[in-house]
Amino acid sequence: MRDEDVFWEGAAQGRLLVQKCADCGLFRHPPAPMCSRCQSVNVEVVECSGKAKVLSWLLSKHPTRPDDSPRMVVRLQLAEGTYLVANLQGVGLEDMEVGMPVEIFFEEINGFPLPQCRLAREVAA
Amino acid sequence: MSPLPLTLTAIAGVGETDYSANSGRSELRLAAEASLAAIRDAGLTPADIDGMVTFTMDFNDELDLQRSLGIPGLNWTSRTPFGGNGANATIQLAAAAVSSGAAQAVLIYRAFNERSGRRFGAPESHAGFGMAGKKVDFHYTLAFDTAAKSYAMEFQAYARRYGVTSEDLGRYVVSARDWASTNPRAAYFEKPLTLEEHQASRWIVEPIIRRWDCCLETDGGAAIVVTSLDRARDLKQPVVRIHAATQRHGINSRIIYDAYRTEEEKAAEARVMNEELLRQSGIRPHEVDMAMIYDAFTPSVYLGLEDRGLCGRGEAKAFIAEGHTGRGGSMPVNTNGGLMGEAYIHGINNIIEGVRQIRGQSANQLTGGVERVLVSGGSALILGTP
Repeated sequence: MRDEDVFWEGAAQGRLLVQKCADCGLFRHPPAPMCSRCQSVNVEVVECSGKAKVLSWLLSKHPTRPDDSPRMVVRLQLAEGTYLVANLQGVGLEDMEVGMPVEIFFEEINGFPLPQCRLAREVAA
Repeated sequence: MSPLPLTLTAIAGVGETDYSANSGRSELRLAAEASLAAIRDAGLTPADIDGMVTFTMDFNDELDLQRSLGIPGLNWTSRTPFGGNGANATIQLAAAAVSSGAAQAVLIYRAFNERSGRRFGAPESHAGFGMAGKKVDFHYTLAFDTAAKSYAMEFQAYARRYGVTSEDLGRYVVSARDWASTNPRAAYFEKPLTLEEHQASRWIVEPIIRRWDCCLETDGGAAIVVTSLDRARDLKQPVVRIHAATQRHGINSRIIYDAYRTEEEKAAEARVMNEELLRQSGIRPHEVDMAMIYDAFTPSVYLGLEDRGLCGRGEAKAFIAEGHTGRGGSMPVNTNGGLMGEAYIHGINNIIEGVRQIRGQSANQLTGGVERVLVSGGSALILGTP
């Protein structure tokens, strides 16, 4: 088994699952076998709110080969504090802003259930 | 204070193959040719080598290279992880072996056909980053799948904060290509680039990296011989001492996909590396005569200049625009044309240029004597006269 399996099992059910240390409460992503703060191997899996903000981005589009589905790749910080890389749908490069609030959902792309996001309907607190 | 044993070591020999887009030779032959050149440059023979260091990503097996070169016996081998960020760490590993007594003369090598063979910059290259797209993961399957994209992602927020444009990035590339244009070993020898040409080049990763912001993909090999300071004094070349050699990896750092930590954590990592360079060498990075900064993509030069304190945070744009890094500048950077202008041998050729400048053997030899050179990436060196 891989430590990250739990994330992808959640993804297949449309759930954003992140590890949280069962002893000291530190969130961590990507999944890891031990808590970096207290070295505990006891772990809870927490379903996150899906609220996040955009920290950085790029437009993934192959420069020489036709690419019919360019993807916006975003670096996010979750409301729970950890970081996540995802794709942002429905926003063009010209409208991107640092701190933009988004909500995460899952969608199957190339056969994998992947974390996607869209602009949040309401601004996160 | 007595010097750290690690710093009582030296680079005694350097060697390279020709650099091309299609070598027509095996990667092992490139490794063997570069290694032999470095050994002979030092005035040694293969029988003098008793240690080897390379990258985890190198495909040439130590024992195959040993057999090719006719090295009678090896007492030490080690490899650095972290791709090009580990380039300077090869010197640290070799110096550690020599200063501990584990080996007497260590050969560092890096050789590949990364243009005619496996394209190194492509997502499908499997270049040690994982199995691109073959199974679900946190980066590749989200189209975050090349080194160019990782640098673009890291730089986007910086560019916003400090108002850095693609044209600003282009000014560095123009200076690098100017250095390359007078270096006969360089891929872009006699081929300078204008800012207009940089701006007209296609996007590789919009909105940060254009065609001319990317390093080369090169077929070739490069090698270095490290031995003790005392022994180097008796060898063929002017002595190039390893005054400092270090790595620094803060918690939650990742190579390529460094998306999981704060800006403060990154800044602390850079600061501690500078403190370690000072502890070993007695000088601060900005006190050198010139610098070789890891330049896989233009953003890494910007961040490298600031991380090492050659200019202040957010000041790289002005530092470059004012000409400090170029010909006649106060802090010449990548005087061989760097990985963009000369060749991409994963950073090893940039170390070699630093050695040549100290010896007085560079194609773009700086006048007035070069006593201290900073070589910086995810690992860093201060090289110099004894």
